[in-house]
Amino acid sequence: MSQTDTIAVAMSGGVDSSTVAALLAHEGNTVVGLTLQLWDQTRLAGKHGIPDAPKAGRCCSLDDVYDARKVASHLGIPYYVVNQEERFEQDVVRPFVSEYLAGRTPIPCSLCNNHLKFDQLLNTARSIGASRIATGHYAINEYDPARGRWILKRPADRAKDQTYFLFGLTQDQLAHTLFPLGNLTKPEVRDAARDRGLALAEKPDSQEICFIPGGDYKQFLTAYLEEQGEKMPDSAGELVASDGNVIGRHEGITGFTVGQRKGLRVSSPTPLYVLQIAPASNRVTVGADEELATRHLRASRLNWISIPALAGPMRVQIKIRHRHEPAWATLEPDPADPENSVVATFDEPQRAVTPGQSAVFYNGDEVVGGGWIR
Amino acid sequence: MPVRIYMDANATTPLLPEVVEAMYPYWVENFGNASSIHQDGQKARQAVDAARHTLASFFNCSEAEVVFNSGGTEGDNTALFGLLRPGDHLITTSIEHSAVLQAAQRLALRGIEVSYVDPEPSGIITPESIGKAIRPETRLISMMLANNETGVLQPVQAVGRLATDHGIFFHIDAVQGAGKVQIDVKQIGCHLLSISAHKMHGPKGVGALYVRRGTPIEPLLVGGSHERRRRAGTENVPGIVGLGKAAELAMKSLADGTMDQVAALRDRLEKGILALPDTGLNGQLPDGTPVLRAANTTNIWFDNLEGEALVIALDLKGLAVSGGSACHSGATEPSHVLMAMGINKTRARASIRFSLLKTVTLEEVDRVLQIIPEAVAKLRSISPAMAGTLG
Repeated sequence: MSQTDTIAVAMSGGVDSSTVAALLAHEGNTVVGLTLQLWDQTRLAGKHGIPDAPKAGRCCSLDDVYDARKVASHLGIPYYVVNQEERFEQDVVRPFVSEYLAGRTPIPCSLCNNHLKFDQLLNTARSIGASRIATGHYAINEYDPARGRWILKRPADRAKDQTYFLFGLTQDQLAHTLFPLGNLTKPEVRDAARDRGLALAEKPDSQEICFIPGGDYKQFLTAYLEEQGEKMPDSAGELVASDGNVIGRHEGITGFTVGQRKGLRVSSPTPLYVLQIAPASNRVTVGADEELATRHLRASRLNWISIPALAGPMRVQIKIRHRHEPAWATLEPDPADPENSVVATFDEPQRAVTPGQSAVFYNGDEVVGGGWIR
Repeated sequence: MPVRIYMDANATTPLLPEVVEAMYPYWVENFGNASSIHQDGQKARQAVDAARHTLASFFNCSEAEVVFNSGGTEGDNTALFGLLRPGDHLITTSIEHSAVLQAAQRLALRGIEVSYVDPEPSGIITPESIGKAIRPETRLISMMLANNETGVLQPVQAVGRLATDHGIFFHIDAVQGAGKVQIDVKQIGCHLLSISAHKMHGPKGVGALYVRRGTPIEPLLVGGSHERRRRAGTENVPGIVGLGKAAELAMKSLADGTMDQVAALRDRLEKGILALPDTGLNGQLPDGTPVLRAANTTNIWFDNLEGEALVIALDLKGLAVSGGSACHSGATEPSHVLMAMGINKTRARASIRFSLLKTVTLEEVDRVLQIIPEAVAKLRSISPAMAGTLG
């Protein structure tokens, strides 16, 4: 088999990517395992309450690299860890921090997929003579000759659907990426892992953001800024009711998320939720649950997958966060910036449209495209 | 699978057949404990003493001054931890192996003052810069004979004179120098010198520390009275026998011109690679003359590509080389040695160390000179600007 047939598998040490490597190797492909070393888990450990010894089940922890290496050795494939810590910090951690400080609620996984992971994996793969990469994402990726485009589709296992995080993939990236788990359910993947003798078939899924062990954003931010010799900016300000009346003060806009209920520390006969965060004035507007609902969103930094561009109004279903059930809406180019921005009008009001999260547009199972909510 | 070519001798080397053969009887047949009084023990003792005799001539010291241990890290640790007490001052360099640097960092936490002397851009630590760091409380100077990344040979003899003049103890990490240059502890004027067997075609997990008679070193490991109470623990008899044989063969290779041939092949390889555009040597004077280096090592930077990807691409083509140093996960970090020489991070990342075995052949070098240009051209064509976006 020639070098151009080599497939580079992104291995995280979890059951999904390990099974991908096993499936591809057993099909007779030439497979090389790669792990991107993105963040040193010991870097901020123990500071500001960040857990000391990272538990297994997180990307780029030592245990996960150990597991990935073991799988590669079991399969008899070469395996390498590629250091991308600097690029990760620059392209993912830094933007995450500035978004967060600006009162938005960023999704680092999409930032990473869009700006680092696929780009870097493909670059490394090509450098080492592999023309394609494969990952353990649950998504389907097919070429449609009629449209002449690569189409990203929701996977067989809806509970594991990761298309929300993959809306930023370019046609070139899709053309060189395999998602071998797209037609399998998680239990089937575990069965496949077991059948192929992978010791980690029962390893629990990881849910956390890889560089924030414990999942506490604020802890991470405090420790990171301190390490960088920077101060957490003072963003204390007024807590305002939706009618404009000041009803209290808050200690800082960081840590608030649209839709949040806990931690407001004002008494009210009815439950209060964060409706809006205004970074310029440090004002946080709160109100009743029903006030959270909105029929409109605007998204920019767009990427289109099933269509070359949005020419006019289009009926789509929109997912506004990972666990959101896609809701019907009409999508139109933003009259203010038709090239780079879209506006969507939902049929039914949606709760907590949150700036910083992504909006992913679906047509049935197909990902039409997506963008970042403004 | 392509035929593999191994050019990472500074990481480790294979055992020479003679070494394997010498060790063989000491696994099962002559398995005795060298401390036992019976004949089984005596056989082991004889073997250890024979190796000690060889090592004494390897170092040019007396047999009583040879302490067997588990390798370079233990030797370096013993030298530093065994001599230094709170209030003392240690002079070392920023290009040492982590076995010295990490030990120094730990000592710093225990009240020992540490000065790290930086190299010239050529990779040489000048005796003058060591001299400037000397203080009344300076108790130990620890520096390497040959650098593991660049192969650059350090002026240990001049530093040895400085140490003698000031009454300072002098330790040499000779792990990368041993077998590549002649070692003479008397001529150098050092008190301690550590070596490791596996860097010179001997087994892993065994090494030796030269301890000049009268050096007040406290053992790192305590227990039995092995090695004249300087290193407790049952002697690794097969390992020590292997080290002895490797040292004997190393002396032979230095005397019979083998290492000169290695140097000539290294020069051929270096010249061939440096003929590629946007490459350069790490370890040269401002006018471009290479400095004195261990015979087997060359370290070359390649602009406009990512060193880590080149190492992987070459590995998949059957060539084992290394770039930078492996971090905890096995990923590569830019070499602290190159960074200390003032080389920027991007270039340090794209630097590759070629370190030849003493069994290297002309065919291997010429094969590598075919592989490298192809791989470099391919990487540069894929992502010419990539390296520039990093670091």
